Amino acid sequence: MDPIIRVEDLEKHFGDLQVLRGVSLDVEPGEVIVIFGRSGSGKSTLLRCVNFLEEPTGGCIEVDGVRMEAARHVLRARREQVRQIRMKAGMVFQDFNLFPHLSVIENLIEAPCVVKKESKGEAREFGLQLLDKVGLAEKADEYPIRLSGGQKQRVAIARALCMRPKIMLFDEPTSALDPELVAEVLEVMRDLAKEGMTMMVVTHEMGFAREVASRMVFLHEGKVLEEGKPADLISGARDERTRRFLEAVL
Amino acid sequence: MAGVGATMGRVRDRVEAGSSGMPFRVKLGLVYTGIAILLILVFFWFQFDIAFMREWGPFILGGIPLTLAICFGGIALAMVLALFGALGRLSKSAVARGIANFYVSFVRGTPLVVQILFIYFALPQLAFKPSSPTFLQTIFIFPVAFAAILALGINYGAYMTEIFRAGIQAVGGGQIEAAHALGMTDAQTTRRVVLPQAVRVIIPPTGNEFIAMLKDSALIGIAASGVELFGRAQNTGLGQNRPFEALALAAMVYWLLTSIFSFFQKRLENRISRGHVRIEGGGH
Ligand SMILES: Nc1ncnc2c1ncn2[C@@H]1O[C@H](COP(=O)(O)OP(=O)(O)OP(=O)(O)O)[C@@H](O)[C@H]1O
Ligand SMILES: [Mg+2]
Repeated sequence: MDPIIRVEDLEKHFGDLQVLRGVSLDVEPGEVIVIFGRSGSGKSTLLRCVNFLEEPTGGCIEVDGVRMEAARHVLRARREQVRQIRMKAGMVFQDFNLFPHLSVIENLIEAPCVVKKESKGEAREFGLQLLDKVGLAEKADEYPIRLSGGQKQRVAIARALCMRPKIMLFDEPTSALDPELVAEVLEVMRDLAKEGMTMMVVTHEMGFAREVASRMVFLHEGKVLEEGKPADLISGARDERTRRFLEAVL
Repeated sequence: MAGVGATMGRVRDRVEAGSSGMPFRVKLGLVYTGIAILLILVFFWFQFDIAFMREWGPFILGGIPLTLAICFGGIALAMVLALFGALGRLSKSAVARGIANFYVSFVRGTPLVVQILFIYFALPQLAFKPSSPTFLQTIFIFPVAFAAILALGINYGAYMTEIFRAGIQAVGGGQIEAAHALGMTDAQTTRRVVLPQAVRVIIPPTGNEFIAMLKDSALIGIAASGVELFGRAQNTGLGQNRPFEALALAAMVYWLLTSIFSFFQKRLENRISRGHVRIEGGGH
């Protein structure tokens, strides 16, 4: 099968600071890739390059057939291509980023209505299905500020899913949560993986990784230092630095 | 001198001791009544001309609708300009930011009265230059009310650019990224995510600007006399040799108008901030 995400020799500079130093990674449809590594190793940057919240400064990214080389200038045509990619790639952030002026269901249907011009009724019906799926059907008309962190993150996941994406990007989705709320979010993500969603997840939840990931990628100073199946990597990392990091988080 | 000070101190002690059982609001009421009586005495002292007021009061008060119309028009224009000014100053485009910066800097750096006179008197001069295309004569020659709206709108728009910018910046960057990640364009994000939230921050100070504009609109009276409230007061006051009566009346009206609008502005502000408190306090 053709990979649905292709990252080739990806580089990212912030001014003089080079954060990604040639990252290559193919993701097959239905795979769940867990990315882990030290703070500052470039995990978020890698994820944010996949949907072009950051513009790569070198290399190439392909998402579901839309191929984009790094470019110096972001012109109109490129912006349109970026939007095509973003519509295929849902993203979930560490701190939820819900729209506080909209109710939960309005948060979900905003993008389908505005971006895809779906009718309100149609979007709402799908939105309510998704809320049911993440266990928040009764919160549809609540405002985000009235939700717990775990509920907020589940709404954020449903909001991304409401665009019917082909891949989902998760950047430390449980890091901002109180420990007792982590499980409910991981549960939703686990279900999503079971349904065959392609996922790239930055997380240090090794239990989740072991159970759900098809592959784990250890990022170190902007490079993929090691990758492999969770069982192999967690118990038998080849590189000393990977081992040390795993010891620290396990 | 020290003796006077001591006497005053004793008087104050006695007043305070005597009124200690009185609620503060009642005391305040007494002070206000005292001020009112003093003002009335001053009016008698000046031999306030009631006959003049009867004759010319209605003419002066007749300027109120135009003053209000100018201010409503002016604040509407100012809000549009402030919105574009703020978006320009936050824009990634050098053209947009350059124009916005120039607008704000130039307008804030020049006196309002100069701007008013410039628009009312200088632009027509431009229109009649031999080299000017004739259509300028229809564009650059304004009725005074229109010139007033233009001048106040442009001036206040520059000051309010900062208010609008603060409102827009109050919307967290994470939400904007989330909107982008959902495929929304910059324009859609601004319209659907940023502005609806910025409005909360923008509305209360905009109310204050409107109240300030009510007073600044009197400057129009310098360009054209006998049109809006102050211009009419000034005109009749000097013409009939009753400047005290005429200007006192105008001052009273401005005070009344600003008090009324301040009252509504406070209520609006409270309602908005209460909404905020309720929403923010309800979490977790
Ligand atoms: N917009 C930016 N401008 C400048 N430097 C940045 C920017 N974004 C990230 N960086 C830098 O890039 C490096 C990698 O950041 P990144 O957020 O990708 O790390 P991370 O692996 O996600 O770390 P964490 O675990 O702390 O989230 C850091 O040194 C960071 O300071
Ligand atoms: Mg990160």
